[in-house]
Amino acid sequence: MSPTRDEQHWMYRNMVTSRRFEETIAKIYFEGKTPVFNMANGPIPGEMHLSDGQEPVAVGVCAHLTPEDVVTATHRPHHQAIAKGVDLDKMAAEIFGKTTGLSGGRGGHMHIFDPDVNFACSGIIAQGMGPAVGAALSRKMQGKPGVAVAFLGEGAVNQGAWHEAMNLAAVWKLPFVCVIEDNAWGISVAKSTATSIANNADRAAAYGIPGTRIEGNDPYAIYEAAGAAIARARAGEGPSLIEVETYRLAGHFMGDAEGYRPEGEKDALFEKDPIPKMRAKLLADGVASEAELDAIEAESAARVEAAIKFARESADPAPEDALTAVFAA
Amino acid sequence: MTKSNERKLTIARSMAEAVAQEMRVDPSVFVMGEDIGPLGGVYGNTRGLIEEFGAERIRDTPISETAFIGAAVGAAQDGMRPVVELMFVDFFGVCFDAIYNLMAKNIYFSGGNLKVPMVLMTSTGGGYSDGGQHSQCVYGTFAHLPGMKVVAPSNAYDAKGLMTAAMRDDSPVVYMYHKGLQGMGWLGTEAGATVHVPEESYTVEIGKAKVVRQGKDVTIVSLGMGVHNALKAAKTLEGQGVSAEVVDLVSLVPLDRETIRASVAKTGRLIVVDEDYMSYGVSGEIIASVTEHDISVLKAAPKRVAFPDVPIPFARVMEQYCLPNPDKIVAAWDEMKAA
Ligand SMILES: Cc1ncc(C[n+]2csc(CCOP(=O)(O)OP(=O)(O)O)c2C)c(N)n1
Repeated sequence: MSPTRDEQHWMYRNMVTSRRFEETIAKIYFEGKTPVFNMANGPIPGEMHLSDGQEPVAVGVCAHLTPEDVVTATHRPHHQAIAKGVDLDKMAAEIFGKTTGLSGGRGGHMHIFDPDVNFACSGIIAQGMGPAVGAALSRKMQGKPGVAVAFLGEGAVNQGAWHEAMNLAAVWKLPFVCVIEDNAWGISVAKSTATSIANNADRAAAYGIPGTRIEGNDPYAIYEAAGAAIARARAGEGPSLIEVETYRLAGHFMGDAEGYRPEGEKDALFEKDPIPKMRAKLLADGVASEAELDAIEAESAARVEAAIKFARESADPAPEDALTAVFAA
Repeated sequence: MTKSNERKLTIARSMAEAVAQEMRVDPSVFVMGEDIGPLGGVYGNTRGLIEEFGAERIRDTPISETAFIGAAVGAAQDGMRPVVELMFVDFFGVCFDAIYNLMAKNIYFSGGNLKVPMVLMTSTGGGYSDGGQHSQCVYGTFAHLPGMKVVAPSNAYDAKGLMTAAMRDDSPVVYMYHKGLQGMGWLGTEAGATVHVPEESYTVEIGKAKVVRQGKDVTIVSLGMGVHNALKAAKTLEGQGVSAEVVDLVSLVPLDRETIRASVAKTGRLIVVDEDYMSYGVSGEIIASVTEHDISVLKAAPKRVAFPDVPIPFARVMEQYCLPNPDKIVAAWDEMKAA
């Protein structure tokens, strides 16, 4: 199964939008944080985890999803949120802690919740597994359409919640897909020192479900594997596990000195940046013209600029808003 | 200005120094946790250890808190003295069984026949907009459950001595350090936490509070970051002719009720400052410790300055609105006086 021309344009557009968004966030993040880097300062305080380089996973999977499908993501959520169709203005405003944000500034960048497109994320490793499997259960029990996808980093598969939820999804044959973004690092800890096997797709065997590993951060291969897994889930045949080799082009969080990376690793990763690669492929395959790609890039940049402007110009919450929304209205 | 015989260390460095000194003399001490190896801990408290002791004794773990905290209990019962790190206390949710049903209870379940000599060190606190899963203190949650000693240093001197005492203790000790006191540049830092630390190994007694400022009109009791807020408030109050005494709890379990009671007996007034959630927590416990003992010493109803009972919001204005600060402590005094 290969993506249609429109799907390829959509994938490229979302990869570029995500990258522009993060580049812009990265620049603004340092406002007020120099010359002395203090995380508490500036228009975007707190931790910031960027997903530069990991865009292919988000678009390859989300190309198969509709707003009614459920996605849970991690502390590194922007690329998936964008590909899932989360409202970019409101997401930007949430990251700035503004009253117009998705959660009125209560959540922040690690807690992006957009119920309109069934997207949620969280800052606790592997925490998204339970809610994704639960949504899949709910769809099955209610006879409602839709599948659930949990995105996780490769570090998350050593968390108990991951194994428990995988088994639950498998034993109840739920419409669920687990997608592992293997960027080789869990903060400073290399996958090889933390995980007893090299290929996490092999772990699917422990739950009696299909498992696939995609090498090379290739949006087309991801598209194909995700398509098969999601079709299987939609057909009521149960869950699947996909691990994708991807690249974290940024630090774990902004301000990370990345001293743990072997020398030259970063340069090699930039050589493999998936965005110029996809651009070249689209041109080589005759799927898009130079002018079309330029237009997509310009539109993405304008979209991001508008979202950031919306966020910047929005009002801060009232301080005492902190005390509201604890319980359901 | 630093005096020539002064050796000012951050809490992060003093924690690492305590561990290193103990590891040199006690081969049973080892460290486990996420990013505590080459990175030296996200909060710097294991920096330099892997270079000296190697990866056998300084173990980076998978993101598997239930496994490695449970494993620390097993190792502690088997002759080792593990120091384990839970990177943010907020993550206790994924591993609390290993902590409160295992680490905290095995001495008791064994009728005292087992020892569980381990330290669980964990970062606490907010104020830098890290959101509701990376900013909590949950002091009260840990202190409530029997079987674990709980300490929370406010400065580098206590941090080193408490760490050494914790490693030598045959019971589990939860060592709660505040991110804003660590002396990590990127988190901003409270200057008052970076103090003179003797080079040689020493202990600070677990279960003993400290009067860190003498006063006669009101007692302000706090821990961790709150101690610095209390000291700042005390300074402001001094300008208004009010003499505030500040008690640094240092330990939550065992709780030094004697020191608190003695101070309040002297001042007649009590304000408790706690960055943890207000209800069912440390602040209520401190007040009860005074009132159930002798309510007649009080000249006014006690006050608490604590985090309201809501999850910690991300946006700066909302988070700062909720956090204790010196102004709120002064305001608590004003209300107390007006009442
Ligand atoms: C339960 C839990 N333990 C530890 C952490 C701290 N932490 C945040 S991100 C991270 C590394 C995650 O690695 P991975 O899952 O591979 O995702 P990546 O950051 O590479 O996207 C860790 C250890 C956490 N958030 N939650």
